[in-house]
Amino acid sequence: MSFWTRHQIFEKNSIILIVGILLVISIGGLVEITPLFYLKSTIEKVDGVRPYTPLELAGRNVYVREGCYLCHSQMIRPLRDEVERYGHFSLAAESMFDHPFQWGSKRTGPDLARVGAKYSDDWHVTHLINPRAIVPQSVMPGYPFLSQTEVDPDTIADHMRTLRAVGVPYTDDQIANAGADLKAQADPDNAGGDAFTKRYAKAAVRNFDGKTGTPTEMDALIAYLQMLGTLVDFKIYNEKANLR
Amino acid sequence: MSQPSISKSMTIGESGLAVVFAATAFLCVIAAAKALDAPFAFHAALGAAASVAAVFCIVNRYFERPAALPPAEINGRPNYNMGPIKFSSFMAMFWGIAGFLVGLIIASQLAWPALNFDLPWIQFGRLRPLHTSAVIFAFGGNVLIATSFYVVQKSCRVRLAGDLAPWFVVIGYNFFILVAGTGYLLGVTQSKEYAEPEWYADLWLTIVWVVYLLVFLVTVIKRKEPHIFVANWFYLAFIVTIAVLHLGNNPALPVSAFGSKSYVAWGGIQDAMFQWWYGHNAVGFFLTAGFLAIMYYFIPKRADRPIYSYRLSIIHFWALIFLYIWAGPHHLHYTALPDWTQTLGMTFSIMLWMPSWGGMINGLMTLSGAWDKLRTDPVLRMLVVSVAFYGMSTFEGPMMSIKVVNSLSHYTDWTIGHVHSGALGWVGFVSFGALYCLVPWAWNRKGLYSLKLVNWHFWIATLGIVLYISAMWVSGILQGLMWRAYTSLGFLEYSFIETVEAMHPFYIIRAAGGGLFLIGSLIMAYNLWMTVRVGEAEVQMPVALQPAE
Repeated sequence: MSFWTRHQIFEKNSIILIVGILLVISIGGLVEITPLFYLKSTIEKVDGVRPYTPLELAGRNVYVREGCYLCHSQMIRPLRDEVERYGHFSLAAESMFDHPFQWGSKRTGPDLARVGAKYSDDWHVTHLINPRAIVPQSVMPGYPFLSQTEVDPDTIADHMRTLRAVGVPYTDDQIANAGADLKAQADPDNAGGDAFTKRYAKAAVRNFDGKTGTPTEMDALIAYLQMLGTLVDFKIYNEKANLR
Repeated sequence: MSQPSISKSMTIGESGLAVVFAATAFLCVIAAAKALDAPFAFHAALGAAASVAAVFCIVNRYFERPAALPPAEINGRPNYNMGPIKFSSFMAMFWGIAGFLVGLIIASQLAWPALNFDLPWIQFGRLRPLHTSAVIFAFGGNVLIATSFYVVQKSCRVRLAGDLAPWFVVIGYNFFILVAGTGYLLGVTQSKEYAEPEWYADLWLTIVWVVYLLVFLVTVIKRKEPHIFVANWFYLAFIVTIAVLHLGNNPALPVSAFGSKSYVAWGGIQDAMFQWWYGHNAVGFFLTAGFLAIMYYFIPKRADRPIYSYRLSIIHFWALIFLYIWAGPHHLHYTALPDWTQTLGMTFSIMLWMPSWGGMINGLMTLSGAWDKLRTDPVLRMLVVSVAFYGMSTFEGPMMSIKVVNSLSHYTDWTIGHVHSGALGWVGFVSFGALYCLVPWAWNRKGLYSLKLVNWHFWIATLGIVLYISAMWVSGILQGLMWRAYTSLGFLEYSFIETVEAMHPFYIIRAAGGGLFLIGSLIMAYNLWMTVRVGEAEVQMPVALQPAE
């Protein structure tokens, strides 16, 4: 029986055909994806990467909601021009708590993986309200409505609990104080500031949008942008140990 | 066949589905009342309204219909079920125009950012997923469902399985599109490209998709032909694999059962790999395997020639589905994804060139002996040109997956140009060609209202595609080169914003190309509408059907 007549078994039995399809399409995915869950070299060992603060998390959700990732990548490639333009190439460890990841696939605007601490809060407020007020040639949409919406401090703990269930190591302490921490980060006069910075290393406590009262989505988004790429200290990062 | 006189009663399907929808309506009302956010409340209300409408339609249909269900055969000929096909064809045209229009709007927003109007609902970041989902899943999806339901019936010579089930598939799928699309405008997204809908829309799609698989599979099982026709292999691979991809990429934990927000189970690098395993195979199995099935049925039919090589179609099929699934990592070249995965992805992407061109050759060579028809039949010309575009973009794709090429092309408009040569040229044209064939067949018309209008559509759309992809090639390569340009002193030559400024003229040309493509589709909609409205009915020939080869 030739190869071509043998193939009739698939052409005459729909269930065998389906099983054949399933087998053939599962191999590639299994080989490429499963090792990423257990190969130790997949994610570098670094100090400093922590889960997002409640305010940063709320800001990240704004970033996701408005589709920022459609024009801004968060993934610096190890190419000479990119490293000079944006900073050290991105590590896998830097996005290990990201659900979902925001590496992006298009740079209509510049990469944002290390945009944190590059510009002032004021710059961000003005730029987000009207990008062309700062960069006349920009094609970015304006987001003035972010200043008008407050962030809900009461539900953010639920978000952190959900993230913990999918593997982000939030502590009980962090979840219990989520609402208070959210307010404390945007208010330098808040009494809870010290306790907050103990819970989240390197977190900036500032009035990001320059306005008093409950933090707005503008506060949250800028808090998120200002921490991007700032957690790992590359002066003490051991490049050789993590070569792969 | 004489009608046996039986007492009329609801089938188990009718009563069961009515009860299920009544319960769903109840649950949706509760969800709407307890909703934590406005978009979720809106979608729950939409679900309640749709469920009530479904119960009404099922009951109403029961009272309207005769006691017996439509027979599987009339006078020894299969009694094909055309209703769901007509519905899906109509929706395909509707969503197609909507999707092309949103594409034109976002292209214009990139050229003239004032068009965002500082409003959340219509700014680029929310409209872009609306565009991609509307053209891929709404337009493409309806074309696939319509053609697959047609092809599986005709090539198996049997009526579509199920009574309400095919209707559940076509209406349920379009309801998913409605929920997903309105969700994007309201800011409901999980931000995974081409898998943006949130958890409740994903769950609904899973149910619809399983029913779709069952309807298709049971129809194949009931077939009157010993062999399963090659187009049906591709449709089956498309349906089964999309189910696997959807389930693999989307597991997410909602923050609350009464809120729209969820967090995906995968994080960081694993999420990236799952996403592009899904993303690239949405291209491979939704936009390629499904539409190759269209190629394998509609081109031989329209050209009135057999498929060029049966053996080539066997190799094409297995090689394509095996190799495609590996190609995802080429979306993640030079990222934090481990090198071994990137290299594997690149290797398989290059190998993928071969089965892709094997398929193209099989499609094109089907015309041997009938090439003259390209002169007289613009529908066949559209189908053939789509295969040529398929060949072009499946050469470009493997080339762009080579790491050095990718280091230039990635993150630039070159990718957008590549996608659109496949999307407009291949998927768009093969869909248009299929609909131009399918509408007269499904509505039982002698032919199209006007072949002249098809010709106009063909040339206007082709011009649009050429403008679009050449503008994106130039802008993409230009921007990639500007990013990496150094002065003689060793400094980066251009600031980022200078590269943005350089894109402006190409964004205008691109928008013009998209506008032409949209105009073409409006001509098509008019032509199809007139075909259905005033077309002459085909006289049924009382001859026995020839068995399909």
